[in-house]
Parts: sequence; C-alpha cells; structure tokens
Amino acid sequence: MIEVWYTLVDSIFPFSWVEFDFMKNALLAVLLVSPIFGLLGTMVINNNMAFFSDAIGHAALTGIAIGVLLGLGDPLWAMLIFAVILAIGITWTRRRTEASADTVIGVFFSTAVALGVVILSRGGGFNRYSSYLIGDLLSVAPQELNLLAIALVLVLLFWGLFFNRLFLVSSNPAVARSRGVNIYLVEMLFSILLALIVTISIQWIGILIINALLILPAASARNLAENMRSYHSLAVIISIISGFAGLFLSYHWGTATGATIVLCIFIFYLGTIAWKTLKSRWVKKCSESGDIRINHRQ
Amino acid sequence: MINKKTRAEKCNLCCTRLDNFGVRIGGNPLLYDVNLHIHCGELTGIIGPNGAGKTTLLKAIVGEIPYSGNMNFLDAKGLRTGHPLIGYVPQRLDFGPGSPASVLDFCSACISNVPVWLSHPRRNRQRVLDNLTRVQAEHLMKRRVCELSGGELQRVLLACALDPVPNLLLLDEPVAGVDPRGLEIFYRMVSELRREHDLSIIMVSHDHGMISQYADRLILLDQTVLAAGTPAEVFRNQQFLNLFGSQWNTEIYHGQEAATTIHHPTGEVNS
Repeated sequence: MIEVWYTLVDSIFPFSWVEFDFMKNALLAVLLVSPIFGLLGTMVINNNMAFFSDAIGHAALTGIAIGVLLGLGDPLWAMLIFAVILAIGITWTRRRTEASADTVIGVFFSTAVALGVVILSRGGGFNRYSSYLIGDLLSVAPQELNLLAIALVLVLLFWGLFFNRLFLVSSNPAVARSRGVNIYLVEMLFSILLALIVTISIQWIGILIINALLILPAASARNLAENMRSYHSLAVIISIISGFAGLFLSYHWGTATGATIVLCIFIFYLGTIAWKTLKSRWVKKCSESGDIRINHRQ
Repeated sequence: MINKKTRAEKCNLCCTRLDNFGVRIGGNPLLYDVNLHIHCGELTGIIGPNGAGKTTLLKAIVGEIPYSGNMNFLDAKGLRTGHPLIGYVPQRLDFGPGSPASVLDFCSACISNVPVWLSHPRRNRQRVLDNLTRVQAEHLMKRRVCELSGGELQRVLLACALDPVPNLLLLDEPVAGVDPRGLEIFYRMVSELRREHDLSIIMVSHDHGMISQYADRLILLDQTVLAAGTPAEVFRNQQFLNLFGSQWNTEIYHGQEAATTIHHPTGEVNS
C-alpha cells in the first residue's frame, strides 16, 4: 500500500522536498488530517465546543500520565480511554447542571491537567514528555497512517449518518427532540468522536496548537460561507492547502510542522476577513447609489 | 392563505391530559401541580409573567427536559393512544450571528437524513419550497437563518413544524422582535390551521390583546395554573388582575371591541 503512495508522489511531485520517505509519510498524514479537522471544526464552532476540544487536547497529558503509572510502553490507549471518559463526563454534567458549560469544562479540565502534570513531573522528569506539547508530524510512521485513515473514515461515516441530527441539536434541542432525535445520544457520540480524533492526533500535532487546527479553518470559512455546503467545502479546502503549504515551509525553515500549518491557516483567516469587509462596503456603496437591489424579496 | 394539504393519516388524538405535572431542574421546582386538558381543534393560549415556566412547560411536553407526574394522550373514547406527532416552534434558534446555515439547510435537516453539507436532492428542495410557500416565506429559502427578522424566522419555523402535519402543535412566541403586522399574519395563520386540520395548539403568548382575539381558552401560568377558561373569564380573574393590573384589562377590551367593529384587514400579505 504505502509503496503505491511513494511511487505516486514521485510521479506527481518531482520536488526535492518530498524525495525522503518521511516527507512522503508526512504528506499523506497532512492529506488525511486536514479534511478531518476541517470537517470536525465546522460543528465544533456551531456547537460552541471550542473550549471543550481544547480541554480534551490538554487532558491528553493526564492520559499519558496514567499510561506511565500503569507502565504502558505506548500511552496511546491510556490517552484514548481517559479522553473518552472525560468527554462523557463533561457532556453528562453539562446536561444535568445549571452551571454554564464553560465553568463545568473549566473545573474538569484544569483538574485533569494538574493531575497529569503532578504525575509526570515526579522526580523532575517532565522534559521527557514535552514533545507532546509541540508534536512532530515528520515522525509519523507508515503503520500510524492506517490509524489516521481509520479516523478519516469514522468522521466521514458520522458526517454522513448523523450530521443532520447533530445540526438540529445545535440549532435547537427542543426542535430536534420534537423530530424524534435522541439529543443525548447524538451529543455524546459527537463528543466521543471529537475526543478520539483529538487524542489520536496529539502526538503529531501537539497539545498546544491542536485546537487552532480545529477552529481556524472553520472560522475562516464562516466569514465567506452562505450555507452548510460552502461552509464545509471552504473549511476543507483551506485546511488542505494550508496543510500542504505548512509542511513545505516547515521543511525549508526547519520549524515545527503543526505550528507552521496554523500560521498558514491564519493567513487565510485574515484574507477572508478582508474579503468580507470589502464586500460589505461594496454592497453598501452600491445600494446607496442604487446600482443593485440587495433586497431579493419579491 | 395556507394551501390545503391532505393529511397522511387521521389523527386519533382528542385530548392531551397533564395530571400533577411538574418540572424540577437542579432541585428548584420550575413547575408544580399542573393539571391541564387540551382538546383537539382548540387553540389554548398560555400567558403569565416572566419566569413563570411557560417555555419550560412546552419543552417538557416535547420531551427535551424530564418531568414528573402524568402526561396522557387520549382518543375520542378516552382511551390512551400512542405518542402523538408534535410540532414545536421555538422562540429562536441557537445560531450565533454570522452562522452560515441557510433556511434551506435547516428545513432540509428537519425532513431528511441526506446530509445538508453534501447536497439537497431535488425532491427535498421542492418539499421545502412548498412548505415555505404555505407560510409565504418562499423568498427566504436561500437566505441565512441569522439574517432573518423575528417574524420571518417565526414563519420559517412554523413551516418546518407543519411537515408532517402534527397532532399537537406547540408555539413559543418570541418576547420581542416581531413587528405588529408579522404578529397579525402569524396569529391568523395559526388560527386557520386549527380549523383546517383539527389540531391541538398550545401557544405561549406575550401579547394579551392578540391572544384574546384568537384563543379558545387561556391559561394563566405562574409555576402552576392560576386560572383557566375563556379569555374573558381569565381576564376577569382576580389572580390575573393581581399580576397585570386592571389597565391591561381595559386595553384588551378596547382591543377586542376595535377588532369586532373596525373592518378587519384582509388584504394581501405579501412581504
């Protein structure tokens, strides 16, 4: 499988920066991760869950700590299980208390992070884990790409089967309920999916910037989109182009890939803001001079 | 005004009964000891002060929040029937400013599982257009939901709640943001629906004048039912006078007289 990809890259991109196998792996990882984060981000923003995804990312530290305590060589499973438990806990509490969601998440996640740091810093050994803070996309191994491919399939499946229900819940839970949607199930599934994806990606993207990768493409797309289709396609396109550019630039500059990608998306964000401002000014000017009818009502 | 639509199946819901109905959130009783009978073909208006639990009552009937006590749906013989189809028109949607959801997106998501981010099959698009046409909102289909005025949003939400035609329609009127003409159109539509489809309608209202013209029965709610009956009976009730004062009363009666004597506006309502 992976050989096919290597030959494909060699024939499509005859550039020096993709001649190494690790760059080819990283390129495939970017092509898998970008659409995942582009898609997930749209509903993270619609559901006001930016803080939630940030909390899950940071809680990865605690997952690592638990893995270390249990003596696991690869802490991924401990991280995944802990992230899912935390996601269920936050979603459940959010529905059952009057406290605001931000407060609930703040309480859960600050405590979880503190616990993780306490465990990992025993004997002053925290530096060993600092790679998780920044992440290293260039270190992605061929067998790990399978994991990312599964993640992409999971997200696409969820987006195909449950999107309309999730969309209704985010617009008004009571309307969703009146149309027979199980609100708790849909919210819970989305939280768990988000927790899984964020945790899987942590080691390559890094705890500090994973949320930016989730939020920024969708936030940029929001400035231009008129409906759900353009919102999603713009978010995914911006995410993929920035992923590509970020990988290329980080190779040349010798910088961390995840962070470089985030900077690229931010340029898109500034661009969309400028476009939106110019457009609204233009429309205003035209309507003042009476050139066009902005009001489409019959 | 509203196109006739044949109903898929005959509604055997005749009466919705709440007995000893209550809602608690976080230990605080928001509603207690609510006993109500809501009949088919009747528009029941719910009025009450701010924080009386009017929206909470609707949300509990829909099933979004848990309740205590009994809620039964009975047929003509007084026997229990299955869960009826409920249509719900909320006060507002939780889309923030600048949210890229179009009216078509929202309406399609209500009637179909084809992901709205992927495509709108022609069949769904036509169905949404038909639904919007029923409430004179077809021109809004491509607009973003966050750009709509209060009255426009209310009509779009009504269009969605009516497909499929429900047995029980719950309406939560926005506190503010609907212009008087939009309000008039809305009340008249709802009133016609009741006659056309023999629906049970429960409507939370903040406009005592309007609701008194259109409702068959009024319920004065403040955490529990303080008064129930015809609008005239409720407005004469001492509990109502204590809560809203007597100047409301005279205003409403003037309003009612005006409505009966002055020629009722029936012209075209295209916006």
